[in-house]
Amino acid sequence: MARAARILLAKPGLDGHDRGVKVVARALRDAGYEVIYTGLHQTPEMVVAAAIQEDVDAIGLSILSGAHNVLFPRITALLRERGIEDVVVFGGGIIPEDDMPGLAAAGIGRIFNPGTSLEEIVRWVGEHVRPRGVAA
Amino acid sequence: METLSGIPVKAAYTADDLAGLPEAASPGRPGEYPYTRGIHPTMYRGRLWTMRQFAGFGAAEDTNRRFHYLLEHGQTGLSVAFDMPTLMGYDSDHPRALGEVGREGVAVDSLADMEVLFKGIPLDRVTASMTINAPANVLLAMYVAMADRQGIPRDRLGGTTQTDMLKEFIAQKEWIIPPRPSLRLIQDMLAFGTRELPRWNVISISGYHIREAGSTAVQELAFTLADGIAYVEAGMAAGLDVDAFAPRLSFFFDVHNDFFEEIAKFRAARRMWARIMRERFGSKEPRSWWLRTHAQTAGVSLTAQQPMNNIARVALQALAAVLGGTQSLHTNSMDETYALPTEEAVTVALRTQQILAHESGVTATVDPLGGSYFVETLTSQVEEAAWEYIRKIDDLGGMVAAVEAGYPQREIAEASYRFQMQVERGERIIVGVNEFAAAQEPAIPILRIDPEVEPRQVSRTREVRSTRDGARVELCLSALRRAAEGHDDTMEHVLECVKAYATLGEICDVFRGVYGEYREPAVV
Repeated sequence: MARAARILLAKPGLDGHDRGVKVVARALRDAGYEVIYTGLHQTPEMVVAAAIQEDVDAIGLSILSGAHNVLFPRITALLRERGIEDVVVFGGGIIPEDDMPGLAAAGIGRIFNPGTSLEEIVRWVGEHVRPRGVAA
Repeated sequence: METLSGIPVKAAYTADDLAGLPEAASPGRPGEYPYTRGIHPTMYRGRLWTMRQFAGFGAAEDTNRRFHYLLEHGQTGLSVAFDMPTLMGYDSDHPRALGEVGREGVAVDSLADMEVLFKGIPLDRVTASMTINAPANVLLAMYVAMADRQGIPRDRLGGTTQTDMLKEFIAQKEWIIPPRPSLRLIQDMLAFGTRELPRWNVISISGYHIREAGSTAVQELAFTLADGIAYVEAGMAAGLDVDAFAPRLSFFFDVHNDFFEEIAKFRAARRMWARIMRERFGSKEPRSWWLRTHAQTAGVSLTAQQPMNNIARVALQALAAVLGGTQSLHTNSMDETYALPTEEAVTVALRTQQILAHESGVTATVDPLGGSYFVETLTSQVEEAAWEYIRKIDDLGGMVAAVEAGYPQREIAEASYRFQMQVERGERIIVGVNEFAAAQEPAIPILRIDPEVEPRQVSRTREVRSTRDGARVELCLSALRRAAEGHDDTMEHVLECVKAYATLGEICDVFRGVYGEYREPAVV
């Protein structure tokens, strides 16, 4: 039987608002994924190191402080520098619509806005995240 | 049918419900112990609540402009929002501050920034509330140093530093050092405030963030009062007379959508605190029994979908706060699910308060819902459910031990997940989100922070470091380190550091060095 996909949920930056990421963590776990949560106040370097150490298939980033335009692209750039191309990166939090194209160009697969249902997040992850090395 | 906290609601309430309440639940009269109906006999007839919109963004001069704008439009007190690096005790040029400077509040690195922030504001006439916790001692010292320099007597300074570290560990999660040394620094602040600042609220015991992290109203009430108990114990353990500092403790509550439960929460809070102070701590001074509170409408209840609906939510919540008898109120702006508010949005939010105050008639009589079969019953039910939590926390050895054990954190995470699942299943309707959704969302203007703020702030801080007396800074920081390592009062030393233009980050590094940084166990 194929292993469940492993997902790292991370809170990059300094904001301590972790209600959303914790709810998403539980929902993904209930949906059968293996979920690792980094805890708060992570630097991009810490997030990428954790992703490598845990050998994850996807990284979900949550940020509410407005620092997403700096921190999200830094994380995808660090992944590329380490030669990691096949980890799906998605995000959520308070992200204005105008910032979406820039984040997509930086390699963020999807941004979930406030009010998104857990069902929608779980469905998207189901469609886009596979254990790496396993054909989609 | 049940409230958001899960208290069952009957179709109708009658005199029989009141007859079934314990005698202690009698609402009494406004201005009389246990103050269920309000701490003053005349309430808003004598004085309206303070309209205190929370503001802060960019660099100090940007926020200073917003302060002047709000005061010109009838706001009656200031409330400062600091950015994430400031809240965490980092200077703007710290690597961890990258991308965060001035984004969620204003950046304050040194006394130089503080002086720009309050330029042209009469410190002896306007009260300033500062939402600052882990480095609250540093920001309070900056405020005092600024007033000293302007020749304003310390006893004329009115305002609030939030300083509520226990709720940081429970909910808001902006910390520097672990809980126990955090409380030691708070003891030093309490002693300083008691000695020097008779009009300053040193701690604003804050349920707001507990609620925003997903708690119920009952949990918010219980955990906030339990935090209050811990601070009173800390003050008394520092050798202070309870009635010397308790009158300067203030509170801060959230106001969510469940209208009657919110009103009941404020009424129960006053009654419980009065009893805690008088019966548990033996306080003799009625002013120590008063639960004075600021309230803010629930940011977490606002939706990104159909943002104009938020104006209606805020008006409803603000009305609940006023019927609950708050002393001060912040109304959220409709656009706050996207960014900090624009001037237009914050004006609508402020006008909402003014309409309540001047057009609605709700200020004409005190506690107009007092005696309502439903509201009195619900007040007692909310109170009883909150006492149960407080008893549990006492059994765990008090709030510091409970926080270290992760107890309130887990209770909140549970409640927040339960609520989200109710929304997912359609058992709770959120207008515009899981019902009455629109195919096309309207676009509203949002506030953009100038990307130049960060480099500008970084260079200002570096300039401060290069032009000050470096030797004096070193001496002050060393003296502070020795005080922190021993038992001497740290507050006077922080004040000396600030006056020498030591930065926030440098001062907080002293505490990090002595006490270590707090790291939360990552529990989901």
